[in-house]
Amino acid sequence: MPFLSLKFNLQKRVKLAQGLWMLYWLAVIVGIILFSLGIFFKIELRKRSEIMDNNESHLVPNLLILVGMLSCGLNAFGGKLCHDSLDPQKFSKMKPMLRPYMLLCCGFNVLLLLLVLLSFLMQFAVYLTLAEGLKNAIRFYKDTDTPGRCFMKRTLDMTQIEFRCCGNNNFRDWFEVQWISNRYLDMSNDVVKDRVLSNVEGKYLMDSVPFSCCNPGSPRPCIQHHLTNNSAHYDYDHRTEELNIWNRGCRQAVFSYYSGIMNSIGALLIFTIVLEVRLRPHCRSQSVTCVLKGTELDSQTTVTYRNHFALPFFFWNFILFPLRLIAVSMQQKRKQWREIHILLVEKQELL
Amino acid sequence: MALLVVKFDLKKRVKLAQTVWFMYWFAVLAGILVLSLGLFFKIELRKRSELMDNNESHFLPNVLIAMGLIACGINAFGGKVCYDSLDPTKFAKWKPMLKTFLVFCVGFNALLIVTSLLCFIMRIPLQFTLAEGLKNGMKYYKDTDTPGRCYMKRTLDLMQMEFRCCGNDNYRDWFEIQWVSNRYLDFSAKEVKDRIGSNVDGQYLMDGVPFSCCNPSSPRPCIQYQMTNNSAHYSYDHYTEELNVWRRGCRDALLSYYGGIMNTIGALVLLVTMLEVTISCLLTVFIQSIHIVLQNCFLSEISDTLKRTANLSLSLFCFLSVSLSSTHTYTHTHTVMGTNRQLLVFPSDLMSRLM
Repeated sequence: MPFLSLKFNLQKRVKLAQGLWMLYWLAVIVGIILFSLGIFFKIELRKRSEIMDNNESHLVPNLLILVGMLSCGLNAFGGKLCHDSLDPQKFSKMKPMLRPYMLLCCGFNVLLLLLVLLSFLMQFAVYLTLAEGLKNAIRFYKDTDTPGRCFMKRTLDMTQIEFRCCGNNNFRDWFEVQWISNRYLDMSNDVVKDRVLSNVEGKYLMDSVPFSCCNPGSPRPCIQHHLTNNSAHYDYDHRTEELNIWNRGCRQAVFSYYSGIMNSIGALLIFTIVLEVRLRPHCRSQSVTCVLKGTELDSQTTVTYRNHFALPFFFWNFILFPLRLIAVSMQQKRKQWREIHILLVEKQELL
Repeated sequence: MALLVVKFDLKKRVKLAQTVWFMYWFAVLAGILVLSLGLFFKIELRKRSELMDNNESHFLPNVLIAMGLIACGINAFGGKVCYDSLDPTKFAKWKPMLKTFLVFCVGFNALLIVTSLLCFIMRIPLQFTLAEGLKNGMKYYKDTDTPGRCYMKRTLDLMQMEFRCCGNDNYRDWFEIQWVSNRYLDFSAKEVKDRIGSNVDGQYLMDGVPFSCCNPSSPRPCIQYQMTNNSAHYSYDHYTEELNVWRRGCRDALLSYYGGIMNTIGALVLLVTMLEVTISCLLTVFIQSIHIVLQNCFLSEISDTLKRTANLSLSLFCFLSVSLSSTHTYTHTHTVMGTNRQLLVFPSDLMSRLM
């Protein structure tokens, strides 16, 4: 089924193959970017899995890694296909693989669409996991002697410092839990006994927050304890004080970070889909017309093909030089030098 | 050495030109690397210039940026010369410039060695700048209402949290200065009046530290105030307590950070120097091969210049490597002396061949 109704003469076909080859390499690079984004996202989720109850879903990063690898493979193969499409001997070898390759590409595009949807929808799951996880984290803050939870205090402190937040919804969440371990409470003290008896569950509650809630941008040294008691501190009004401790809740802060990552992933995936969809009809028309006009190709076309590819190869050498160091395409440069050598030997200039 | 014994036929010359061209492009990348390292170091110094009294020397990063740019220029030019070298019409255009280009290359290599040496030496002035700057930083911690110093508190707090350090040498530095502003002290309270009256300068001193000194890994909530008073806190002994606040001083922490950056940059610049020297040697050999074939009497002129420049670079190398070995670790001297040995053999053989 031809997508374009233009008549493809040789010149146009060569130019099309050239452009397609570059687009395929761009798509391979995008595939590598997707792969590395998937790994980055997985690492970020793993880093903070403690405040998400070790319960977060790794579906999106795993799929992203898979999609990245598939994209590299499919587009590299497609690039090779386009590269060989002007050479009738090589192309006749590739011809039977064309149809299954096109089907595979369609399936891959569907997978990409699914992943875009997932990356936008899974944000809800992340939000709910975070809410639950942070609530438990605040509860287990004091359990630095319980195995399995002994690093909860450090994780939560580092999270509050890094994301500039305090508590789950706001700093008052700390007033509702006992965040000082009983090991450090003098139970014979009257003040302590009063506090413990003043609530049903026998918890030592106070209107204080941990040091990690402190805002370094505050002009006065941090007030952590007796936050709601104006008379406990000189020239202090807790209703108007804004810079003392962080006002934002950690659920909001951490969620906006993760949702930013997932939105970028979604945007990049949409770009990839657009790129892939554009590549398919061009390559298909290219290969179809080549099949139809296969008999017209002769030795002249191979020379033209080589000349046309010499310039873009040189261009790619400049731009993608570090990649070419690794890639097999160094062979192309050696071919050029060999040609110069052949030319010189033939003309016997420097002997 | 085998390269010089064998006659340079066309195939070998093409291969040599190819190799040198390739290495020149690699050297352009190395030049870009040096440039970006210089930029990175400049940014890092600028970020924390407040803690260094806005007084730090930007000499080293500026030199690195300049060297990076020159490296890119010289190597790109060298690559172009190599690329055109097999075409006699194009090469005739470059022939007169080759002598000066080689001299430039050798001078540039010497400059690179000096730069890498600077990277290791500039640590010492930085140490003094940091010590002075941090002392003043702590003094101005409370002055959040004085224009020009109102962000000192925030900078110092963020730095202590980031580098996991407290005070200049250790946390006791905070006991010796007043870090709570008078605006937040109730002068009618007896306790405040006692403290102020208890020392000559009339400062409100206390055995407390700011919250940024707290260690999040401590199993108990942070004890910031009354740190030397064991009875003020339940089950607390300030002699044995290790995890409560950061124990390291910020001067040590910052110095080791910047020292690490400078060491890495110095090592990388040394590697780039070795690459450049190798390229210069290969270029010399290549030019020799071309001139042998063309049978130009320009040859003797080049050989004289080469002799002079090779001797100069050799002596520079010897001197600088000896001085380097006296200031840095054995791993670096090992690589430098290895290249030195190569350079010793190359030119002498080259000259004997030509005469």
